[in-house]
Amino acid sequence: MTAALHATTPGGFLLVLAVILPVCAVLAILACGPRSAARIAMATLAAGLAVAVAITVELVWSGAALTYVVGAWRPPLGIALRADGLSGAMLVMTALVVVAVGLFARVQYGLREGGGSERERTTFWQMLLALWSALNIVFVGEDLFNLYVALELLTFAAVPLVCLDGRAETANAALRYLLFALIGSLLYLLGVGLIYGQYGTLDLLALARLSRPDPALSVALALMIVGLLAKAALFPLHLWLPPAHAGAPAQASAVLSALVIKAPIFLILRLVLDVAPGQVAFLAGQLLAVLGAASILFCSVMALRQARLKLMIAYSTVAQIGYLFIVFPLAAGGAGTSPWETIAWTGGALQLISHALAKSAMFLAAGIVIKVYGHDRIADLGGFGRALPISATAFGLAGLSLMGVPPSGGFVAKCLLLTAAVIEGYPWLAVTILLGGLLAGGYVFRIIDKALAVSASPLPSRAGVPRRLELTALALAIAAVLLGFVPLRPFGFLQIGRSGLAMAGL
Amino acid sequence: MMLLFDIALVAGLLTLAVHVVREPDERSAIIAFLAFGLLLGLAWIRLAAPDVALTEIAIGGGGTGILLLRAEAAVRGRGKHEESVTRPGKLAIAVGCAAISAGLGLAVLSFASPAPTLAPAAAEGLSATGLGNPVTAVLLAYRALDTLLEKVVVLLALIGVWSLAPDAAWGGVPAVRSGEIPQPLAYLARILPPFGVVIGVYMFWVGADAPGGTFQAGTVLAAMWLLVMLAGLRSPPETAGLPLRLALAGGPILFLAIAFLGFAFADGFLAYPKALAKPLILAIEAALTLSVAAALAMLVAGPARRAPTR
Repeated sequence: MTAALHATTPGGFLLVLAVILPVCAVLAILACGPRSAARIAMATLAAGLAVAVAITVELVWSGAALTYVVGAWRPPLGIALRADGLSGAMLVMTALVVVAVGLFARVQYGLREGGGSERERTTFWQMLLALWSALNIVFVGEDLFNLYVALELLTFAAVPLVCLDGRAETANAALRYLLFALIGSLLYLLGVGLIYGQYGTLDLLALARLSRPDPALSVALALMIVGLLAKAALFPLHLWLPPAHAGAPAQASAVLSALVIKAPIFLILRLVLDVAPGQVAFLAGQLLAVLGAASILFCSVMALRQARLKLMIAYSTVAQIGYLFIVFPLAAGGAGTSPWETIAWTGGALQLISHALAKSAMFLAAGIVIKVYGHDRIADLGGFGRALPISATAFGLAGLSLMGVPPSGGFVAKCLLLTAAVIEGYPWLAVTILLGGLLAGGYVFRIIDKALAVSASPLPSRAGVPRRLELTALALAIAAVLLGFVPLRPFGFLQIGRSGLAMAGL
Repeated sequence: MMLLFDIALVAGLLTLAVHVVREPDERSAIIAFLAFGLLLGLAWIRLAAPDVALTEIAIGGGGTGILLLRAEAAVRGRGKHEESVTRPGKLAIAVGCAAISAGLGLAVLSFASPAPTLAPAAAEGLSATGLGNPVTAVLLAYRALDTLLEKVVVLLALIGVWSLAPDAAWGGVPAVRSGEIPQPLAYLARILPPFGVVIGVYMFWVGADAPGGTFQAGTVLAAMWLLVMLAGLRSPPETAGLPLRLALAGGPILFLAIAFLGFAFADGFLAYPKALAKPLILAIEAALTLSVAAALAMLVAGPARRAPTR
């Protein structure tokens, strides 16, 4: 039975490379020492990007999912890796953000002044690469325990990034993050144990076939989803996120906010859509949508009230991931339509990707502002648009995407979600989406207003901030805008490799 | 007779658990927690899971215990500012724990019977690996990817701990021994290590065919090294030192090298050629044991406190 589920496909080895190359680099930096860290990291960034692109090309070319059975031990005994269209999109998005942030960090760490200590630099490169491996495993993993290991890898790579600057305040934020993340991991692991006890397999494709509504599976899914929510920082489990993401150095905040919290969300998506039986999936979808809507409204208001730029961006993250959770009831599909054929599915995927690009651009731009001004108090940033025009433009373009104003990826995403909410009969979600857009407009314009204001005090000198630094932020923001030119309909690439699952699930 | 023993075991576990939660003095709570770990190990033996039992006693009891005791010693006398958990907070935690326990109970009682299991499949695959212990086959053949990545997780934790050092001390020497060394400790540190090393090597070697293996062996070796460092017989190494870095990275690097050779000489990544499976697995285990031992000992030693000499 399981023999037919997974078989290594011709391009399958690419998945192994995507997962293993960054880890190899982490070990190489450990063995070779701090002096070669940046060089090893740069080479790995290039190789990793090439692998992600190759996987996408292979997906488009073959029109089917890529699979690799590790060590030729077939699941359920062994582990399979599998990339479908959605995984492919995630891999490329991750590669783009990691490479851009890596280039930013390379320039920043190369500066004569404020280039960071050797401790900070080396730790950053190792953690960035480890985090990339972890994310790639989350996107291509098919085995629930393998995914647990990926989550652990992600946690232990992300937490040190929070307290890179070594201040007691950020160490506190990191500790709080660690506690939330570990409790999340434990709950997830408990659920994995229960699923193995009930079904004797941890393979997602096999579970999609076997799962049936029984108490053990419901308890397991409840534990796992709550655990993942703690890691994803959805309201009301978001308390750890603002201090952690706002306290980290800009290049770390960018990956934490853009990528790290997307991993648990991706896993929740897989659990609800692929594993949960219909009734449970429906209930879970409704509950998640309520939390998502609360997240959007509450944290947008919080973002509006922040006095510091980075805290505002961090609260905006919690608000923006709320949109990903209202996808669940909207993409439930109906008679004859599978979730991935709905516009909400495409909208959700676009929201995930455009938020990643926009948010990393915003954090990098904020990092440059802090570098020049020496603080991030919004009230004292008057006229920063004239001191740093490129950064201010990057911030504004990224803001378009968060508000959902055309042309931007965020606009297409929110437009698709709004349409789906109206069609599927969820008026309260439609209202939430509109209100969330208004509130986002409020907090973004507050900054734009400051950027364009005429400053009473003289503008600070921008010496020591090379233009290349600003251009990476701008490039990410432009990528978020370009996503807005994706046509407004279910996107074919995201359905690759999904139809096989439909047969498995139904 | 066994039933009586089991009842006593469960009663002891529950009593200790309640005691750990209620005890206001940190040090005695930690010691009760260590005892809890030992009893839990016994419970795993009663459930016929000796590999889990060994790991629980070594890591859950020993490793976590020494970390907690050192943390307590570091905080003690520093005028601790207690983070008081409010009454509603405590209530929320209690309700959460009760809900999880009830859910677990419900799920476990509703399990399909007979429980589906992969144990026969795991035993069947043994012949291809040349191993006798199915647990080792799971860890180093069927699910070697998980093991490989878990070792990287341990290293990441260590790199993360090291990153907490002040900039000037980073790469330097951690401070392990604290103040005066009690006489019995110095005595133990001279007597115990030869035996401990033999036990550790035996646990690694026997792991191929019987309960034991890299993690348990690595923990024992780490404990011996720590004992020597705590007693001040040897000072800890510089964290940026080449021998230490190579010991740490060596295990996973050998693992990865053999994994990639699988592309050329076997059925792909992390596959072993059948004739060489057992020697390759033993080589990986040997290197991993050293890496685990070094990583665990350095994790307990903590971030560098003295600047490196360069």
